[in-house]
Amino acid sequence: MVALTPISRKPMSFVVPTVAAAGAVAGIFVGAAQGSSLLGLLVGAALLAVIAVIVMQDILPERMMKWIVTAGFAIAGFILAGLPALIIGALFGWFFGWFAYWLFEGRYRGKVAPYLTSGQVLWHFTFRVICGAIFVFLITPILVVMPLSFNAQDFFTFTQEMLRFDPAGYSLKHYRDFLTNPEWTNAVANSLRIAPVATLLSVSLGTLAAIGLSQSHVPGRRAIMAILISPMIVPLIISATGMYFFYAKIGIIGTYWGVVLAHTVLGIPFVIITVTATLVGFDNSLTRAAANMGAGPVKTFFKIQMPLILPGVISGGLFAFITSFDEVVVVIFIGSAKLQTLPWQMFTGLREQISPTILAAATILVGISIILLTIVEMLRRRSERLRGMSPA
Amino acid sequence: MTSVPDTDAAGRVLSADGTPLKQSLNRALRRQKLRALALIAPLLIFVLVSFVAPILDMLFRSVENQLISDNLPQTVVILEDWDPNSGELPSEAVFEAFAGDLQIAISKKVHTRIGSRLNYEKPGISSLFRKAGRQVKKWDIPNDGPYKEKFADLNKGFADIEVWRTIKTYSGAYTNGYFLNSIDMQKGADGAEARPENEQIYITLFIRTLIMSLAITSLCILLGYPVAWILANLPSRTANLLMILVLLPFWTSLLVRTSAWKVMLQDQGVVNEVLVWIGLVADDSRLALINNQTGTIIAMTHILLPFMILPLYSVMQTISPTYLRAAKSLGATDWTAFWRVYFPQSIPGIGAGSILVFILSIGYYITPELVGGTKGVFISNRIAFHILSSLNWGLAAALGTILLVVVMALYWAYDKIVGIDNVKLG
Repeated sequence: MVALTPISRKPMSFVVPTVAAAGAVAGIFVGAAQGSSLLGLLVGAALLAVIAVIVMQDILPERMMKWIVTAGFAIAGFILAGLPALIIGALFGWFFGWFAYWLFEGRYRGKVAPYLTSGQVLWHFTFRVICGAIFVFLITPILVVMPLSFNAQDFFTFTQEMLRFDPAGYSLKHYRDFLTNPEWTNAVANSLRIAPVATLLSVSLGTLAAIGLSQSHVPGRRAIMAILISPMIVPLIISATGMYFFYAKIGIIGTYWGVVLAHTVLGIPFVIITVTATLVGFDNSLTRAAANMGAGPVKTFFKIQMPLILPGVISGGLFAFITSFDEVVVVIFIGSAKLQTLPWQMFTGLREQISPTILAAATILVGISIILLTIVEMLRRRSERLRGMSPA
Repeated sequence: MTSVPDTDAAGRVLSADGTPLKQSLNRALRRQKLRALALIAPLLIFVLVSFVAPILDMLFRSVENQLISDNLPQTVVILEDWDPNSGELPSEAVFEAFAGDLQIAISKKVHTRIGSRLNYEKPGISSLFRKAGRQVKKWDIPNDGPYKEKFADLNKGFADIEVWRTIKTYSGAYTNGYFLNSIDMQKGADGAEARPENEQIYITLFIRTLIMSLAITSLCILLGYPVAWILANLPSRTANLLMILVLLPFWTSLLVRTSAWKVMLQDQGVVNEVLVWIGLVADDSRLALINNQTGTIIAMTHILLPFMILPLYSVMQTISPTYLRAAKSLGATDWTAFWRVYFPQSIPGIGAGSILVFILSIGYYITPELVGGTKGVFISNRIAFHILSSLNWGLAAALGTILLVVVMALYWAYDKIVGIDNVKLG
């Protein structure tokens, strides 16, 4: 997209102060942890200025210089605060080594347009740092629960042993609890009993309706669509309240089928949306051709239409599955103690008897969502390829 | 080819089987419509029965009040003639009818329900009915009179004009009392009046829900815009990789993300520990990040952020980068080019994302319940409280109806601006 800019080495008056400033910022934090921010600031600035000057003399090969800086910072970290700081120190060292060369060789200029002013280049990279911070915000909570689930203590925080990477600080006991405690295994079993049935129902009904909706002359299409999508829009608490009253009236409250019915309805909008999206690119002359060659409507559907819209149907089904598997409000309202699902168990666990088993459950669920995400992404690409929407 | 005439005597075009073409086309079209409707019908009926009917039932519940008129039928009729502002208790006839009605109610075991229904409006009535239940069933009606004195002896609450005023006010089969309640008003001597200051909670709660949802939506715009921009402008390979960081939270269970925030934000949590470790916060003055509004806003911004990024991204993808370059080559500064050329084109994305995030956040229950404490909860938590704990279902239904109206108005706006057909997932 952008023309490569020829790069050139930058003068000392630019590189040394910049690297020193970065060192000063890092020094404030290290200094604060050690007791004096001001001292940290000065030491950090001075240290990095020296490193920048050595880098600019160009006596040592780049690779070796980077290793030396990384190792130096790692050792400094270890001396200051033990094993965890060794890793942080190494990361800092690696970053500063890379940063110094990046500035010195002018590599930062390489990938931006040649006509940009230095202010614009600065903004370009500041913007990326901001975006990086937002990505960190998005992903950190999910990453943090994973190591915590191996905590040997019943705490929700990192213990000293964990930070020292002492094997005694880690254990699988929360996973063992998750897999053996009947409260949790029953919850998982219930979730697995409800979600697939609800998914099957919403996929079969939803696919038929999506095919009907995608035909050209449907009276009241907009209104029907609005009704079918509404379970996704109406706040769950309202759906749950309504179902609580109505399902009690018709006597299916607290029953398995009551919960399945409710979850089916909640999954339907996702099936409708994904399948209609797949049908947008569907060539109707294919079904006409099949009919022309003597295939009945049922055969046409299973042999021609179904294979083509299958990716959409499956990803709709996965959405419906995760909706049911993750649903807690409705099941609290219309379920019964015997139908306690996994999210419900997590909800009560979080509210009352805080036990880190929740984190083990959470880690397993994150694993499941990674698998589901991969499948959906692969299906989406396959579907786009089938419909000729993306080149590869 | 057999020679079927192409036109009939009147000059109408005919189809192969000899019927007029127009008629034949209409028939085909009708059949197509019917087939489409037949495909949609099962699902539509299913959704109407298991989703729309419950919602309508809830709307009905918010005004329904048949418990009292059904179970105290004679009392209600005679009470019609009584004027609560006269300063006198109802006549003996009312008390006699009441004793009779109550006896039947007791035998059907509904008197406690009537009591707790009236208790929502005037605290204390519940115990009045419960105590009366034990005595009144022994009475010999109508020979035991006069009942006015008997009731007064039973409990002096029955000699309180206010109690009778409450019974009279709520004797109709339908009431707007729940709605008045949910906007901090009550039915007083002269129609609707505001509740005393110290009993007003719902208006505050509605306003808080709105303000916090707005705060969450604005934060989502603020954080989502740069991310969507960078995703739309990076080469597609890098963008796809970074997209995973957006989609993974989107696909991760809500409970997982909420528990993660609970872990991160507590007093001894990761955020506070890190802040203390790097010395930004003193050990004894850790930030209170959870069980308050801050906790709710942080956690919900994180949970809803993908719903902002995805629509923004799909809109930004369609904005050609050449517009920006053209603006710059015509002499615009970076800021002008962005603000006058790029930003207006991205507004549909902001609109779609904001409405979606706002709709979702206004009705959120789980996250505020777990990280919101008492100050950071939404109106939905109050609805759940009335359904599961206080059992004041009518009030819960009224609160839900108000919330539903707000959401439906936003849904309508979303449909106008974006179109529900254009909702994209992933």
